[in-house]
This record gives sequence, structure tokens and C-alpha cells, in this order.
Amino acid sequence: MGLADAFTLVCAVAGAILFLAGTLGLLRFPDTLSRLHALSKADSLGLGLIVLGLLPQQASLMGGVKLICIWLLAQLSAATASQLIAGIAARRKPQA
Amino acid sequence: MSLFWSISLLFDIALVAGLIALALHVVVTRDGRGAILAFIAFGLLLGIGWARLASVDVALTEAAIGGGLTGMLLLRAHAHLARHAAPPPPVAPEPRRWLVPAIACGLVTLALTAVVLAFPQPAPSLAHQAVASLETTGLGNPVTAVLLAYRAIDTLLEKIVLILALVGVWSLSRDAAWGGASQLQPAVVPEPLVFLARVLPPFGVLIAVYEVWVGADLPGGTFQAGTILAAMALLVMLAGLRPAPPTQARALRVMLAGGPALFVLVGFLGVAVAQGFLSYPEAIAKPLIVGIEAALTLSIAGTLALLVAGPPDRAPEP
Repeated sequence: MGLADAFTLVCAVAGAILFLAGTLGLLRFPDTLSRLHALSKADSLGLGLIVLGLLPQQASLMGGVKLICIWLLAQLSAATASQLIAGIAARRKPQA
Repeated sequence: MSLFWSISLLFDIALVAGLIALALHVVVTRDGRGAILAFIAFGLLLGIGWARLASVDVALTEAAIGGGLTGMLLLRAHAHLARHAAPPPPVAPEPRRWLVPAIACGLVTLALTAVVLAFPQPAPSLAHQAVASLETTGLGNPVTAVLLAYRAIDTLLEKIVLILALVGVWSLSRDAAWGGASQLQPAVVPEPLVFLARVLPPFGVLIAVYEVWVGADLPGGTFQAGTILAAMALLVMLAGLRPAPPTQARALRVMLAGGPALFVLVGFLGVAVAQGFLSYPEAIAKPLIVGIEAALTLSIAGTLALLVAGPPDRAPEP
């Protein structure tokens, strides 16, 4: 196993663990805002780590650029969705 | 069995279990909104399932249409019903009401299982012929070749059905609103949505163009690209950056009918210059197909966006 493969393994496993932790938080945290917090951590950092880990496995530069673009798009949509849900949660504070 | 295979088997089993659990939840739950959200998740998981079967074209379409667009259609219909219709009267629980459907569904499942297990080995397949004739179309993606060359008539009829569905939706509008526009923008537009609607569409359009172009040789194509364009248009309209277009606008109607019309035109051209209806002269097969795909993408995008926008509810401006 080369250095690149080891790097991929470490990053992808770390990303997967983050996703697991985020899911756990989503299921266990008491209110909407902290659940969102857990979810967006998994989304941005977990996906980021997995993308980072997959970069050395790409045959071409284009493949790597596409992966990074996917991560950026996921960042944008996850952040917006979190803000939208948090806004709704904040408006109906009492049962949040 | 190596570690890799056992891990992917584990993943597939988890995927199938999730699909079955979600499907059951959609059917069993009493909460309409929850059922729709589970249906969206079901569509996305099913997309992963298709990707596992190496059918990337189907996976993309399933995620975009089955998960995204159908989910949004259902959510809008649900919200509309909740606003305008009285809640249905509570049904008195009947002990054995579920028995007959359950038995019927079980029988259908058993019969389907028997059919699938009875497939001859190897399963009958036209895949070999599809790949063998790929050269005559100038394409590299056999799925696109099936959709736009070998079975073009199916694709053509599909697009016409979409337009008919849109006509059906429009005809639900009140007489006064006929030809007008739909009101999509909510009373209060949240700030992050406006931000997203300003930032995302340029990238969405770029990705859609890429999907059409790459669809000739790799997974991708008109339906996926059209759905992305439709999503961008809906985002802009939902954020209130642009109003929905009036449905009587001539440019809009030309765009909607343009794709199928071009398809039919090229089809009849085939009678004159090639072997028959919907056959392309071999020398210019690829440019013709890519041209039809481009026009179809615009038609699909408009049709899907307007399907979600719903029947017009504002009177047209004179």
C-alpha cells in the first residue's frame, strides 16, 4: 500500500466517523438548532475529508477539480438549508 | 470472499433494507407530509441503488426526478390541500381492512419474485446489439443511443405526454386566470433563499449544459439537464427574483413545444432522406441527435418547472 492509499484510507475513515457522529447527534440532540449543528458539521467536514481522501486516487486533474466542485456545491446547499430550517425553528420558538 | 466484497455486500444489504423500510413507512404512515419526505429519501436511496448496479444514467434520473422533482410536486400539492380542503373525516378503524390489500400485494410480490428467479441464464439482453451498432449513431453512450436513435419513438411520445400533463395542470386554473402566471413567491422570502437563488443558477446552467453535452458519450442527458434547469428556474421564482412567466407568453409556448416539434420534424425528414420515420442519415446522425437533445432539454426544463409551479392563479395582464 503506497503513501497515497494510506492517506485516502485515513481521510475517508475520519470522514465516515464524522458522518456517524453527525447522525448520532441528529438522532440524540434535544432541539432543532443543535441537531442542525450536528448535521452541518457532518455535511461540511465529513464530506470535505472524504473528498480530500479521494483526491490522490484521481487519474486526471479534471477528476479532482470536479470532486472539489461537488464539495463546494454541497457546502453551499447545506449551509443554505441549515439557515432556512434554523429560521423556521427560530420563528416557532416555543416548541423548538 | 475478500474483505472488499463482504463490505460491499454488507452495504448493499443495508441499502435494500433501508429501501424496504422507507417504502413500508410511505405506505403505512398516516402523516401525509412525513410520507412525502420519506418518499424523497426513498428516491435518493433508489438512486444510490441504481448507481450500485452501474446504471448511472438511471441513477441520475431517479435522484433528480424521483427524489427531487416529484417530491416537490407532492409537497406543493399537500400544502395546497392543507390550505383549501377540509381534513378528511376520521376513518373508523376496521379490524381487517388491511387484510385484502396485504394479501394482494404479497401475491404480486411472490409472482414477481418467481418471474425474476425464472429468468433464463444468461438473461435475454439486447445490450450486445446496442453496443455493436453504436458506431452508426456517432454516440458513445449506449443509453443515449437507445433513447434517441434505436427507440426514438418512445422518447418522442414521452415528451409529448409531458406537454399533455402540463396542459392538464393549466386547465385546472380558473377562467379569469387562464393565460396568467402562477404565484410562487411566498409572502416572506427568507434571506438565505435569496442568496442561494443569486449564487447557484449560473453554476446550475453550466452543469446542465455539461450534462447534455457529455450525455452523448457518458452518463447524462436531456432529462437530468432539464431537471437541473427547472430547479434553477424554480429557485429564482421562489426567491422572488423573477416572477413566473405568464403562460400565454408566445416565447414560453414556443420553447415548450420546440423540442418535440423539432423531434417530429427531424423524424419526417428521415422519411425523405434516410430509411424512414425517425431514422437519421448516418453522416450527420450525431449533430442531429445533439441538436434534438438541446431543444428537448429546454422543453423539458420549462415543462417540469411549470408543472411544479402549478395552474396559473393570477389574471393575465391585458
